[in-house]
Amino acid sequence: MISVTMTVNGKPVSGAVEGRTLLVDFLRETAGLTGTHVGCDTSQCGACTIHVNGRAVKSCTMLAAEADGAEIATIEGMANPDGSLGVIQAAFKEHHGLQCGFCTPGMVMSAASLLAENRNPSEAEIREYLEGNICRCTGYHNIVKAIQAAAAQLG
Amino acid sequence: MPADGGIGASTRRREDVRFLTGKGQYTDDINIRGQAYVHFLRSDIAHGKINNIDTSDAENMPGVIRIFTSKDFEGVGGVPCGWQVTDRFGQPMQEPKHPVLAEGKVRHVGEPIAAVVAETREQARDAAEAIIVDIEELPAVIDMKAALQDGATKVHDDLTGNLCFDWGFVEENREAVDEAIRNAAHVTTLELTNNRLVANPMEPRVAIGDYDAARDEHTLYTTSQNPHVIRLLMGAFVLGIPENKLRVIAPDVGGGFGTKIFHYQEEAFCTFAAKAVNRPVKWTSSRSEAFMSDAHGRDHVTKIELALDENGKFLAVRTDTYANMGAYLSTFAPSVPTWLHGTLMAGNYTTPLVYVNVKAVFTNTVPVDAYRGAGRPEATFQLERVIDKAARELGIDPIELRRRNFIQPDQYPYATPVALEYDTGNYPATMDKLVEIADIKGFAARKAESESRGKKRGLGIAHYIEACGIAPSNLVGQLGARAGLYESATVRVNPTGGLVVMTGSHSHGQGHETTFPQVVAEMIGIDAGMVEIVHGDTANTPMGMGTYGSRSIAVGGSAIVRATEKIIAKARKIAAHLLEASDEDIELKDGQFTVKGTDKSVAWGDVCLAAYVPHNYPLEDLEPGLEETAFYDPANFVYPAGAYACEVEVDPETGKVEIMSFCAADDFGNIINPMIVEGQVHGGLAQGIGQALLEHCVYDENGQLVSGSYMDYAMPRADDLPSFVTDTSCQTPCTHNPLGVKGCGEAGAIGAPPAVVNAVVDALADMGVTHIDMPLTPARVWSAIQAAK
Amino acid sequence: MHNFDIEKPSSVSEAVAALAAEGAQALAGGQTLIPTMKQRLAAPEKLVLLSGIEELKGISASGGKLTIGAATTHAEVAADGSYPALSALAADIGDPAVRNRGTIGGSLANNDPSADYPAAVLASNAVVNTNKRAIAADDFFVGMFETALDEGEIITSVEFPLPEAASYQKIDQPASRFALVGVFVAKGANGWRVAVTGASNEGVFRWSAAEEALNGGGSLEGMAPDADGMIDDIHGSAAYRAHLVGVLTRRAVAAA
Repeated sequence: MISVTMTVNGKPVSGAVEGRTLLVDFLRETAGLTGTHVGCDTSQCGACTIHVNGRAVKSCTMLAAEADGAEIATIEGMANPDGSLGVIQAAFKEHHGLQCGFCTPGMVMSAASLLAENRNPSEAEIREYLEGNICRCTGYHNIVKAIQAAAAQLG
Repeated sequence: MPADGGIGASTRRREDVRFLTGKGQYTDDINIRGQAYVHFLRSDIAHGKINNIDTSDAENMPGVIRIFTSKDFEGVGGVPCGWQVTDRFGQPMQEPKHPVLAEGKVRHVGEPIAAVVAETREQARDAAEAIIVDIEELPAVIDMKAALQDGATKVHDDLTGNLCFDWGFVEENREAVDEAIRNAAHVTTLELTNNRLVANPMEPRVAIGDYDAARDEHTLYTTSQNPHVIRLLMGAFVLGIPENKLRVIAPDVGGGFGTKIFHYQEEAFCTFAAKAVNRPVKWTSSRSEAFMSDAHGRDHVTKIELALDENGKFLAVRTDTYANMGAYLSTFAPSVPTWLHGTLMAGNYTTPLVYVNVKAVFTNTVPVDAYRGAGRPEATFQLERVIDKAARELGIDPIELRRRNFIQPDQYPYATPVALEYDTGNYPATMDKLVEIADIKGFAARKAESESRGKKRGLGIAHYIEACGIAPSNLVGQLGARAGLYESATVRVNPTGGLVVMTGSHSHGQGHETTFPQVVAEMIGIDAGMVEIVHGDTANTPMGMGTYGSRSIAVGGSAIVRATEKIIAKARKIAAHLLEASDEDIELKDGQFTVKGTDKSVAWGDVCLAAYVPHNYPLEDLEPGLEETAFYDPANFVYPAGAYACEVEVDPETGKVEIMSFCAADDFGNIINPMIVEGQVHGGLAQGIGQALLEHCVYDENGQLVSGSYMDYAMPRADDLPSFVTDTSCQTPCTHNPLGVKGCGEAGAIGAPPAVVNAVVDALADMGVTHIDMPLTPARVWSAIQAAK
Repeated sequence: MHNFDIEKPSSVSEAVAALAAEGAQALAGGQTLIPTMKQRLAAPEKLVLLSGIEELKGISASGGKLTIGAATTHAEVAADGSYPALSALAADIGDPAVRNRGTIGGSLANNDPSADYPAAVLASNAVVNTNKRAIAADDFFVGMFETALDEGEIITSVEFPLPEAASYQKIDQPASRFALVGVFVAKGANGWRVAVTGASNEGVFRWSAAEEALNGGGSLEGMAPDADGMIDDIHGSAAYRAHLVGVLTRRAVAAA
């Protein structure tokens, strides 16, 4: 077993993992953060998207051991400190950017990463950026609208 | 209207908060103390005889608790089929046993052969690799027509052949249709396939079995669209557990699209194994497993003929379809190519004669069952494609040809020649709306602009109708359904006036927790926030049939209305007692009960309190409490309809298709929450466009699943799709349910494929292309262009 | 996944030493290897993580050459911009999350027949540096998933001579979004080179007939390579891929 420690949503989390333990399993099982989902096994659906050291990463395609010492952000850390929805989360709600909710954590994390890189993305840029996040419910229409609205609000 | 949104308000969804903060509770998020994990050893060949399964090495692997094979399931039933189709000759379909674990033979890649229960998921998988299975490979039966030839290898040795049934509808019309086609001025013929699809809800299936030995009670947590149906099928037909000892919970479910209706072996296994090993047993499907174990959709091969007179009036439709059942009959499989397909072959049109023949075929592939639309997309696709082809052959504008044949608004109720009675509709209106929102007039200019850039531009039109709000039990019982298709609701009023609605419908993305309270709040005149929805647990909801077939608001919503009406009726009696008036004089408005013509009134909350604090109560006339249950069985299907237009650009050098616009004008009758309805349309369109351009489940001739992951099965992504233009302003309310609503969940998936294909064919028509089979990938489009040269 | 041990070297020499062990394999960004291991199609006994080795990271330009450390991510190459066609290629690999982990060295060592980078390296006449030697692009790619790398040899950097003109054009395989066909053209000191990925059963290759036409002042119009040996699968026939090579080469030259 390998001992790892990382900062998850601002709090230290430690655990003993096997070499093969995926970061997503560490988050779901050791850290108890089940908001990060697994929707495929070929690194394409993006339901497991989180931030590692500030950048979007598919946590099903990274070993927990690789994240030793890293700063991790997950959907559970995206709300405002008072617990209210953050700007992107609120925009998803306002614009009906989710239905079953399963892809949603990954979508929100990707959207946050996009808006960190590009404050004012065009519709085409948003759609292209979401290439690694598959949603089966919404047809993406309202996800795109939500991200546009969040971008406008974040200025 | 309630201050926080009643009927017609785009109320934002209350369920979103938990999903947006990572607090949803999906089945895989549930972990029960002491749980073990199961890994299924699945067949990697399509067809073979199992000579021996040697588990001895595997049993000694670390963490292994027990290994199961079919031997452990002797005396356990097969997974049942819930619909029996009777063939053209009055005989029942052939119905093979579908064992929990393969018995004697494997019949498709992915069929579970053995199951390893171990302390961890990876240990179970490690041990499964150590099981030695001696299988004698047999020829795989993959092509449906070859499967029906004399001497073809049989998928099931104990059946007469690979034909499940040969269904004719309407059999009495067969000769008249043949005659009409022989004598018609023009007949347009089209051969096509409706491509096999995989539903792919983003949440893979999960099952957790739990057994309480002290109480002899079983609990199954599962990713289901209908927990009561699972409890009934699994309890009564597979495991022999009475309902009072079996609880099925479907918590937050991450999309279904039909494939989570069905009862699967893994559910029965986990329930069975939990008792056998006296530990909770959890199975989480990987996506790769999902591709080879979730029921697939569509997979029809069809020839359709449309006979027209010299004025372009439709005289008759004849279709011959081969429908793939896969290796076993999934829960509702036989209903899909028959009653959900044949009954829609009149479409929106006055075609007087229709004959539909369907041959359902067993093959060595995963079972095929309902997927979003289920039979209706297959019907609509062939009809709207052949109409488009006829229009081109006759030189009539495709919109005009459809208009000439539309059922007119004054013809309702309209009895079709294929057993349905459309209660209402207005297809000229939806077509008019489409022409407006799609700017059909401006198409020529847009086409010219595209051509100036070397691109071919096409416009495709489709007009669909579907029968949903499934379904009148009387009718479907005559058609072979082994279940009723009513829906249930219990409305419980709490002493301080809040309500809990326990519904048999199940939400896996549809937003019931938001929409249903809008209805109840509107009826009573209170805030929607006072109404909670409970669903997904057989222990605390009345026996219900779940969510599929665009039935939740039309059937489940109607049950809630009926139960709420009973609540209001009783509350009026209580109010009458409190106000010392007669029941008939009590009016309910905005949550206030008032004696007609007076200012005497009592508030909703006071009535509710009185129901539970029955001091000074006329107990001989009125029992305490305020809780009512209703079961609603619809009088008819509901019939949403709509006009769709797709514009595409095709790169003639590469064959790549880009969707430039997609417009949808739908008639869903009355609408409770327009935001949610639009969202349903968007999702349906994306799946329909996915079928048309991207998605294809492919088996090779040996029965290997070639498109077994997202590396080869193309899911629609954000940059494959345009922003949609939707309109729901054409509304002909349903005449037979209390809300006047129709279903909206499947519409997009039904109407979009023909619109897309018609658009691509339109773009390439001047190059001689008349048809391309879905999906219209760049390679296929390019090949079609080459073939037409 | 089968279980494995992990080593985290902080220098190339430590990594090389670790890789000498039986069953050891290097893990760069992991965007191919981890999914492969999840399918249990690869089962190394030990993974040697290259992500902690600083000397493998970074991009520098000098003397008409761009040198990219092997552990540099696709996202970092995309953001660089000193070789625009290369940055554009990197910006279209996978998706943003994959680009944040996947590395140029990992991609080249894997030599997937549908990967993008091999086309750029071959067309640009780049040099692949390893812990042992410098390998010319023409010698590096041996066949599908095969390279000139020896057992335990690690790519340290890639040196791209900056071309006068270059462009990469591709058509995505609709499901995986890997290249169904991708063509990289670059005009360097010795004229045009045309490298094709996604199309051939042998992996990336130079389309010499097109190079001769371009360098001899001829026309590419109507040209396509022989379909023999092209990949033929559910996403496109060999004939279609051969056709696309012609189309994309013309488009790349026009865009360069």
